[in-house]
Amino acid sequence: MSVEIRRKGGVGESVRRVDGVPKVKGEFEYASDLHRDGMLFGATLRSPHPYARIVSLDVSAAAAMPGVQAALTHADVPGKKTFGLDVQDQPVLAIDVTRYSGEPVAIVAAEDPEVARSALKQIAARYQVLSPVTDMEQALDDAAPKIHPQGNVVRTLQIVHGDPDAKADVWVEGVYETGMQDQAPLGPEAGLAVPAADGGVDLFIATQWLHADLEQLAPCLDLPPEKVRLHLSGVGGAFGAREDVSMQIHACLLALRTQRPVRMSYGRQESFYGHVHRHPSRVWMRHGALKDGTLVNVQARLLVDGGAYTSTSPAVIGNATTFAAGPYEVPNARLSGTAVFTNNPPCGAMRGFGAVQACFAYEAQMDKLAAALTIDPLELRLKNALKTGSVLPTGQPIIGAAPVRECLERLRDVPLPAEDSPLDRDPMLLPGGAGNVGHGEALERGIGIAVGYKNLAYSEGFDDSSEASVRVWPDRDGQGPLVEVRTAAVDVGQGIDTVVTQIVRTELGIDRVTVCQPDTSIGSAGSSSASRQTMMTGGAVQLACQAVREEIERQNGLENLRRPVEATRVYHHRSTSKLDGKGQGDPHVSFAFGAARAVVEVDQELGLVRVVQLAVAQDVGRAINPQSVLGQIEGGSAQGLGLALMEEVALVDGIVKNASFTDYLIPTILDMPPVVSVLVEEPEPGLPYGAKGVGEPSTVVVPAAVVAALRHATGRELRRAPIKPDDIVGL
Amino acid sequence: MVVRTRVNGEWRAADVWPGTSLLTFLRDGLALYGSKNACEQGECGSCSVWLDGALVCSCLVLAAQAHDREVRTVESLNDGGRLHAVQEAFVETGAVQCGFCTPGFVVAVTDLLGKDPNPSLATVKEALSGNVCRCTGYQKILDAVNLAAGRLRAAT
Repeated sequence: MSVEIRRKGGVGESVRRVDGVPKVKGEFEYASDLHRDGMLFGATLRSPHPYARIVSLDVSAAAAMPGVQAALTHADVPGKKTFGLDVQDQPVLAIDVTRYSGEPVAIVAAEDPEVARSALKQIAARYQVLSPVTDMEQALDDAAPKIHPQGNVVRTLQIVHGDPDAKADVWVEGVYETGMQDQAPLGPEAGLAVPAADGGVDLFIATQWLHADLEQLAPCLDLPPEKVRLHLSGVGGAFGAREDVSMQIHACLLALRTQRPVRMSYGRQESFYGHVHRHPSRVWMRHGALKDGTLVNVQARLLVDGGAYTSTSPAVIGNATTFAAGPYEVPNARLSGTAVFTNNPPCGAMRGFGAVQACFAYEAQMDKLAAALTIDPLELRLKNALKTGSVLPTGQPIIGAAPVRECLERLRDVPLPAEDSPLDRDPMLLPGGAGNVGHGEALERGIGIAVGYKNLAYSEGFDDSSEASVRVWPDRDGQGPLVEVRTAAVDVGQGIDTVVTQIVRTELGIDRVTVCQPDTSIGSAGSSSASRQTMMTGGAVQLACQAVREEIERQNGLENLRRPVEATRVYHHRSTSKLDGKGQGDPHVSFAFGAARAVVEVDQELGLVRVVQLAVAQDVGRAINPQSVLGQIEGGSAQGLGLALMEEVALVDGIVKNASFTDYLIPTILDMPPVVSVLVEEPEPGLPYGAKGVGEPSTVVVPAAVVAALRHATGRELRRAPIKPDDIVGL
Repeated sequence: MVVRTRVNGEWRAADVWPGTSLLTFLRDGLALYGSKNACEQGECGSCSVWLDGALVCSCLVLAAQAHDREVRTVESLNDGGRLHAVQEAFVETGAVQCGFCTPGFVVAVTDLLGKDPNPSLATVKEALSGNVCRCTGYQKILDAVNLAAGRLRAAT
């Protein structure tokens, strides 16, 4: 779709990003650009072994090196020794045992980054190597070593809905797997910790959630929360990678010990070790339907690899399991999900958060079912599509908009791309491009569709509220009144700062809006994740604006204003509930749906793939900034294509083998086809402006659609993503 | 060792370790933070600069190789505060999200349009295949290239 771009404007307009100009000029300050006179550089010693006992650890030689100002181990952590978003089970620095390869063991601060790195080599760490648990199924074996005292199950849940033994005319069954994906934000982890005169510390940091970091930092530093002040620095993408703490506590420990500013900046290799990844999954499903295609019964068993520590695994498996039946009316189901500990790198949040893995499996099943019933795959989906009022397997009714049918129908209306003959084509337009040594003799085209959904905001009883403060200044400089907005909401690149300015302009009719740099002096905004900031922080800003507007009216209007008017408001989403023992409850706030169609060309002899076109019809409620929404759909599609075709953290016995952009491939401009986006706008009752979060649905559905297209082209089962050339040629 | 380089028209010098990359020299030696370090292997193009007019990944060039030579960075593209047509187009088309890859893309696109004012889609894709963006899916970057190319042609 084409959009008209405005410099300034309100809700519904494609307004230019507020941070666009400094970013194109190279002037926007990212966390890795931070510097202070006299600052030190931090570095981290990491365990080379996935599972080992630390026999001895001596940092004295490193500490004695010229230029080294501190070398610390777990013994130097003054407060709580562990951190974690949900369960605090991850040591700040390893204590006696390392549970994954890459786990931080010791940290140093030095006058120069090279000296800091050299000092790591002077740390004497002796390990007794243990046999690691690196397979999900193995982790569940009674004989497997217990990675944590409570065993290897992070969370297991079962959803029993209707009569799970209900009979059907036709059954299809399959096992599907997805690999470990890395978020690979372009900006590696970085931050600057500055000791303060009051004995506390100021941390300038690229994160997704300032207050969750604060909650974990303060106890470890043994400081009251008010002495740990977090300030957002420029964030070079996130996609879930910055949900968990990486170098935050380490930099603060070094700054407090040395009483000097300390910057820690990971390189790309360390970034692969420094954050959690998308959970690998292994999913068994069995679908039963009547002869006319009506779904009767869905059975599923989902297993995801949480790696060495809890992180967000409980919520990820909660999502994967509650979404396992897909965006369909399913009267009977038994869905069980388990997240396990292994000695692989910890897994946690990544765009799509459990919904991606479930969709990959249930959509493959729907295609199998369509084939078994000889029904058109799209018709089968339409026949069973969820709608407003449908009841989910958890017993939760859908009270909001659920335009599944409309997404599918609008997707069907997108014209298919022309089928060019391969013979007179520019070789760059063959699968594999210049790497294709043939002439397109073995090309086969395939088309696949997928539909899926994702929850908005946090689920299962969590109140992830957001606070906003809005202050209106009367005209002080002849340029008109000015609005200052303060929140702790993080713009990771998705554009929340621009959305906030649009909301202020719409609510107050004032053009000049300044969004202040977020910090922890205001209440939490919750995380920039789960497609939630537009609704949560957008909602808080709207409430604060409304309060300010009332006060301005009481003071006889803007033109009569003498002093600034300010209001602070907190936005809560509707409350949800935990699941009971049968997986019943009201776990999710709201949902966003999406459908994708992929057209691919496959070279059947060489196993090479070219995605010709992606089409995505997405339920967005209402587009606050259409250009920005399209950007989210296109970018989310690229990450979905990556999972389908190339992206996987390659592990051998728990050790990452491809921690670089040379070896971990993410889609380039040559890999990405045109993305045709269709915005399905059905305002969501109860949400500000009816707008749903838009960041995730395309990532949920595109992997399933691309692999469906590959199955169509090759006739192979292709049950594990990413699909490799060997899978396509059947090696 | 002292490396002396003409950067954005001005002779600059810094004392660096002999193994220092041009990228580190620019960032830590000269405080020019516009060129970004995202992969350190020449895979992502975030550190793209011109060395004697040739587009290079500054992470793959030694600072010493730039001695007595001319370097231009993204910071050179501001003409008295006015955005270059390529920068303007990136803002306008929504080709910027997190922005970490943006300076590298702006340099690479400016380089391309300087050599080929009317590039085909295939040429654009080939020219930008060494720049990685994780946010946009590249569609709006292609829009930006088209917009900037049209405006630059119209201006000459």
